[in-house]
Amino acid sequence: MTGQFHYEKDADNIVTVTMDMSGPVNAMNDEYIELMSATIDRLEAEKEQIAGVVLTSAKSTFFAGGDIKNMLKAEPGKDEQGLFEMCDVIKAMLIRVETLGRPVVAAVNGAALGGGYEICLACHHRVALTSPAVQVGLPEVSLGLLPGGGGIVRLVSKLGAEKAIMPLLEGTRFNAAKALASGLIEEIAETPDDMIAKAKAWVKANPEASNPWHTKGFKIPGGDLNNPKISQLIQGAIPMLLQKTRGLVPAPARILDVVADTLRVDFATAMRIESRGLAALVTTPQAKNLMTFFLQMNQVNGGGSRPKGIEKSKVKKVGILGAGMMGQGIAYVSARAGIEVVLKDISQEAADRGKAYTDKLLSKNVAKGRMSEDKKAGILDLITATSEAEALRGCDLIIEAVFENVELKHQMTRELEPLLAENGVWGSNTSTLPITLLAEPSEKPENFIGVHFFSPVDKMPLVEIIVGEKTSDETLARAFDYAQQIKKTPIVVNDSRGFFTSRVFATYIDEGGLLLEEGLDPVLIESQGKAIGMPVGPLAVQDEVSQQLTVKANETNRELDKRLEQKIGSDNAGYRLAKRMIDDHQRGGRAHGGGYYEYPEGGEKYLWPEVYNWYFKAGHSLPEEDVKDRLLFRQIVESLRCYEESVMNTVADANIGSLMGIGFPPHTGGVFQFINTYGLTRFVDRCNLLTERYGERFTPPQLLLDKAQKGELFA
Amino acid sequence: MSNTAFIYDAVRTPRSKGKRDGSLHEVKPVDLLAGLLNGLRDRHQLDTSMVDDVVMGCVTPVGEQGSCIAKTAVLKAGWHESVAGVQLDRFCASGLEAVNIAAQKVASGWEDLVVAGGVESMSRVAMGSNGGPWGEDPATAIATAFVPQGIGADLIATMAGFSRQDLDAFAAESQSKAAAARDAGHFDRSVMPVKDDCGIVILEKDDFIKPGTSVESLSSLKPSFEFLGSLGYDDVALSKYPQVAKIQHVHHAGNSSGIVDGASAVLIGSERAGKELGLKARGRVVATAVTSTEPTIMLTGPAPATYKVLKKAGLSLDDIDLFEVNEAFASVAMRFQKDTGVPFEKINVNGGAIAMGHPLGATGAMLLGTCLDELERRNKRYGLITLCVGGGMGIATVIERV
Repeated sequence: MTGQFHYEKDADNIVTVTMDMSGPVNAMNDEYIELMSATIDRLEAEKEQIAGVVLTSAKSTFFAGGDIKNMLKAEPGKDEQGLFEMCDVIKAMLIRVETLGRPVVAAVNGAALGGGYEICLACHHRVALTSPAVQVGLPEVSLGLLPGGGGIVRLVSKLGAEKAIMPLLEGTRFNAAKALASGLIEEIAETPDDMIAKAKAWVKANPEASNPWHTKGFKIPGGDLNNPKISQLIQGAIPMLLQKTRGLVPAPARILDVVADTLRVDFATAMRIESRGLAALVTTPQAKNLMTFFLQMNQVNGGGSRPKGIEKSKVKKVGILGAGMMGQGIAYVSARAGIEVVLKDISQEAADRGKAYTDKLLSKNVAKGRMSEDKKAGILDLITATSEAEALRGCDLIIEAVFENVELKHQMTRELEPLLAENGVWGSNTSTLPITLLAEPSEKPENFIGVHFFSPVDKMPLVEIIVGEKTSDETLARAFDYAQQIKKTPIVVNDSRGFFTSRVFATYIDEGGLLLEEGLDPVLIESQGKAIGMPVGPLAVQDEVSQQLTVKANETNRELDKRLEQKIGSDNAGYRLAKRMIDDHQRGGRAHGGGYYEYPEGGEKYLWPEVYNWYFKAGHSLPEEDVKDRLLFRQIVESLRCYEESVMNTVADANIGSLMGIGFPPHTGGVFQFINTYGLTRFVDRCNLLTERYGERFTPPQLLLDKAQKGELFA
Repeated sequence: MSNTAFIYDAVRTPRSKGKRDGSLHEVKPVDLLAGLLNGLRDRHQLDTSMVDDVVMGCVTPVGEQGSCIAKTAVLKAGWHESVAGVQLDRFCASGLEAVNIAAQKVASGWEDLVVAGGVESMSRVAMGSNGGPWGEDPATAIATAFVPQGIGADLIATMAGFSRQDLDAFAAESQSKAAAARDAGHFDRSVMPVKDDCGIVILEKDDFIKPGTSVESLSSLKPSFEFLGSLGYDDVALSKYPQVAKIQHVHHAGNSSGIVDGASAVLIGSERAGKELGLKARGRVVATAVTSTEPTIMLTGPAPATYKVLKKAGLSLDDIDLFEVNEAFASVAMRFQKDTGVPFEKINVNGGAIAMGHPLGATGAMLLGTCLDELERRNKRYGLITLCVGGGMGIATVIERV
């Protein structure tokens, strides 16, 4: 069926244009251009017979924005001119809308993000429905792009620099009420009928409507760059932006630059500058990576790795074993999703402490006015803190979050598995122990699965689901559904030592350790870690994880090696240094009083001076690019090995897992997407050079060589 | 003098109307200049670490052109960090002054390779927005009998007996010469298209020129300085020129220089620098001069500056094959011709600022490039570039094709 922009004129001569394109959503593509220009042609032709226009949508979204798949195809050095001209076409149409000479009102019945909100901005008035489906804003920055349909220029012209700058730089998505408060829309309505009625009432009351920037003598609210206050605002935004982006993503800087130029030049010129900005950004590696991230998030959250044909499930009652840091966090996120929680520990005190964590987090929300006392009480009521095993009876999911000890975990399974409801799922929140091994004592190993959370659980958005040898598809589907029920993003990996995220994460710490042992200045190691876009340097991250945990995990690994007759837990710098830190200096990590850093109460952390007496060689230096690439490539090569060993099944799982689980730099689009935009052959060459200089841990895996030779991408 | 200051190249951006509807309004002055610098670098695969200094004229060095635009543009262009930059202001002579200083630096032997030119985005940074005591401070303005230069231009015309018709004829001629030269490609070697950072062309060639301009088409334009004169400036000027009964306000937008955006860059270096970089010299700077004349009439400096520079060069007027006299106003170039007797056929043979515009800080170096191009095209030897300058100053440079 072909799409339409329905055109209906009422008795008051107000035309309602209802966008109803052929796809599932209204989107900025060739069809839009065709339908929109035909609509404008007709409106212009019939202008004398109409009083005004209401623009709305027949879909559940108002209008979705740009065509990402299409933009991903744009090639640098080739397609910029076309993109620039495309922006011009879209802009010219919207200018015709706002200069129609009749009031045009956007009746926003669903999400109007990006291009959708740019259409709204070209109208004279915006009425949004107070529905959860309504979101407005310009989130292009999160895709590495900028709003190229007049979004920057119009938002700045409408709100002034001060109010426009954050929505543009952060890509904030507003619900109807917040959009109203922030000035992005002018009215809200409770029902669709009310929305249309309000839109029509505005048309009648404002027959002469026009946008102020088309009026002679127009001044941007709050002033232009000649106003010292505004010029300070812009200047102040520069270092703030750089602090955030570390210069790794070009879009925010380009947006700020267009904002500044909007404050210097006239509307038409600013529009052209904005178009050039979009044309320049679309083909950057960062935009490609971030757009790919967006699509892969949809793939992952859309159930790409969930077995097909299994009915969607919901957990009603979850049991959590161990009320430590992980257990209490899992209890919190589960209760917040409305799930009944049994939080069990050895003693009632320990269990109560675990529940108190939820109380603490909720109370913060109450204090900030984000939650009512009633709501808080309701969530707390869902959690039963107990030392009694019997309370677990009837759980449809039990997540074991006890110490990383095979015997202890086996004992838990033996004792408590029978309490599960019929066909209930047993999940283990292990980060190191093979699920197949843990499932050994299980009566129903097909219902046994790994559910690896990240710390702090309330903040980290990822769950790594680990499929054991005997885990059934149904169990996987149920674990997947639970992760989504608690609003986490699930990636699915196969059982192996260290799974995916822990294994790759360890290489970052290890490479940092090797650089330290070689005698490089620790400050340099840390700053290069940050320079590549990791949240913190490898030494700081070791402190966060804690040397204690690293040593324990490695010792567990050694035991596993013996038990399984494998050789995984071999010697590594991460372990060596953590052990030295504990054995020689009793420094177990940040939570244990310090590690590579000192953590003065109320002050900023600083490097523990003694570390300079370990390996540091004054004058030892490495090329900056080598340090950076060692820290980055090490993780990628390890991910490639995982992929080669079928630890993950999809590129999307690997990319999303690396970004959301271990802080791999967002602008890369993930461990494999980075290789795509870096260039496979170039990546192989660089790996070979690093191997030559620094060792075989950089040797490019065969899978990569094959792909590079075939000219394939990781998709 | 120890060294010869060779001209290795001279480039410029096209010029466009210096208003919001001008083609270059969307380009920041720093990018206009940085883009041109990189055009020059790329054309010669210039190792920028060899460049000692970048000297740039800019007459309104505030806001987007403030804080040493020369060094800022060098930084934005990504040139080697050892390259210095300085912005200077000698009013309308700034671009040529930059060239002259660069030549002096090289000739003295104290520097080997210098880029000189200028930039002015008159659409983004309005002329006069930098203020200054000469016109704004009452005590200074009164003590120096300051009048806006248009009044001086009209006074020159009045005193020389140039009629509105004469000036308009000169202006129309400038337009037709410029259009013919542009269309024949005479500027192609030196005019570098302005592109955005994706390489999309923003402006390819000068688009300010108005071909088909005639005395008749100019006749409808209103005098530009009559109102200012009536405010009292006419009387201020006449207090210095009691022999004149009344100033005839004969200049208007069509026979005065155009307000435009543009930038220029000239690569000047020693013989050794040229050899090391594998550059072929196109010309050399023979001599330079600045002088100053009566400041109220203000715009009579070109002829005295010309005599001064010729004396330094050991040349006579007849030795010069081509003259570029900045068309700040039609009366300035006509007065130069009258003062010196140089035939019109040798002056501004490809038109001037009336047709192509006068981006204040950049023009001087643009004229030098135009002159050098034409010397090459005609296979001639000597050229002389001169401009009238605020404060009564005059500047002149003699170049020789090599």
